[in-house]
Amino acid sequence: MTALLEVEDLRVAYGKIEAVKGISFTVEAGQVVTLIGTNGAGKTTTLRTLSGLLKPLSGKITFDGKPLNGVPAHKIVAMGLAHSPEGRHIFPRLTITDNLRLGAYLRDDKEGIEKDIQRAYDLFPILGERRKQAAGTLSGGEQQMLAMGRALMSQPKLLMLDEPSMGLSPIMMQKIMETIVELKSQGTTILLVEQNAQAALSLADHGHVMEIGKVVLSGTGQDLLHDESVRKAYLGED
Amino acid sequence: MNELPQQLANGLILGAMYGLIAIGYTMVYGIVQLINFAHGEIFMIGGFGALTVYLVLPDGFSLAAAIPLMIIGGMICSVAVGTAAERFAYRPLRGAPRLAPLITAIGLSIFLQQAVWKWYPDAKKDRSFPQFDGEPLSILGANIQRGSLFVLIAAPLCMLALGLFVNKTRSGRGMQATAQDPDTAKLMGVNTDRIIVMAFAIGAAFAAIAAVGYGLHNGQVGFKMGFILGLKAFTAAVLGGIGNIYGAMLGGLVLGVAESLATGYIGDIPGMELFGGGAWKDVWAFTLLILVLLLRPQGLLGERVADRA
Repeated sequence: MTALLEVEDLRVAYGKIEAVKGISFTVEAGQVVTLIGTNGAGKTTTLRTLSGLLKPLSGKITFDGKPLNGVPAHKIVAMGLAHSPEGRHIFPRLTITDNLRLGAYLRDDKEGIEKDIQRAYDLFPILGERRKQAAGTLSGGEQQMLAMGRALMSQPKLLMLDEPSMGLSPIMMQKIMETIVELKSQGTTILLVEQNAQAALSLADHGHVMEIGKVVLSGTGQDLLHDESVRKAYLGED
Repeated sequence: MNELPQQLANGLILGAMYGLIAIGYTMVYGIVQLINFAHGEIFMIGGFGALTVYLVLPDGFSLAAAIPLMIIGGMICSVAVGTAAERFAYRPLRGAPRLAPLITAIGLSIFLQQAVWKWYPDAKKDRSFPQFDGEPLSILGANIQRGSLFVLIAAPLCMLALGLFVNKTRSGRGMQATAQDPDTAKLMGVNTDRIIVMAFAIGAAFAAIAAVGYGLHNGQVGFKMGFILGLKAFTAAVLGGIGNIYGAMLGGLVLGVAESLATGYIGDIPGMELFGGGAWKDVWAFTLLILVLLLRPQGLLGERVADRA
């Protein structure tokens, strides 16, 4: 069986500065794969390229058997790849419900959409309580929940989460990570970018360590979690 | 003296026109942060489109029956020019420094004026626009020409339709999303290129309706009519809070009424006799703009720029 997502020798540049310098990895259906690494390693650039917001310099991206190169962002969502961006980027002046509706922008099944909005409220009850509020009034953690709920509204085959725990309190971070575990148990395929390597590796099937645009180490989540160099560099151990 | 109702009516008629045109400025600005200075000319072309339809209709066609066709004709012309401007003049400059599309807009504005002047038959002078026969109607103490009612009726209907579109339809939601965060809108599956074209088209269609109102109110259309009116409508958009569609209409009405009252009454203030009369109306309008920019730069209904994140 071929992988759901295959990235081959991907290179991405901003002008003359190459941010991603030839990386390859795969994500199998049902897996949680994580990219970890410090700031500037190219993780966010990789996700933004996969979702079509950035054009790759070279390399091949295959999703669900089809090439993604040159496909505009709004068509990539239609193929089943959803992206919850770094910094959450909820629509601040729209209500929570309307934010969720936008997640289902390309869907035509009205009833299914309403059902999935209800599902998002079940997953994150606080969103249901505040459904008529402008999303900009939510706390950071609640906005993160909304961003994830919104990404799920497109019924993606692959959910990409970029730094879901960034800037959150430890309790909120815990909650977000639990949600990811829950999504995984429901069979959602996830590509997770995180600076919190400990949390990401503990729940991932596979992990890739990125450094200045390259994958320097790959392995199962558990392997990386116990790898000495990873522990030193990313888990703050001497 | 009981001329206040008259001044208010004149102000509202003018303001409704400003407001309808201001929608085009504000929608385009809200989505691509471009001040489309050619929008006044898109308004003007709508007027000529409507006039052309009237002229080609067979004799004996009543004006009332012709008006829907004139609106459609005006809209087709305005929307065609507006969307073509987007596609061929502005889109290639997306991502360029903001001065570039601004200069392009000014150039396009001059080009469109001159094109109509040169190629529309007898457009070197103002061309007369059909008028409704009959006495002015007396409404709440004001005498209103029958033709001037058009814009007073059209403006609220247009706002209602636009409000429904923006808030209740999928494309409308996509438009709001694009205005707030274009990249994230793409991640939702919104074809932002199409949304931008839509914003230009809606703005142009509203401008065409305003142009029919202008023609019926003033009795003529001319190649220069979009210049000062476009500038005023832009003022209205800023006044109401640029990017906000309700602000655009509110700004238009406030500007129209303020202009009308200032023209009517400032000359009566002792010591201000020199400043009375219609010759000063543009001065009052732009004085209002300067005051708003000083005291409330985000406009009446605008949000602080920090909100756009």
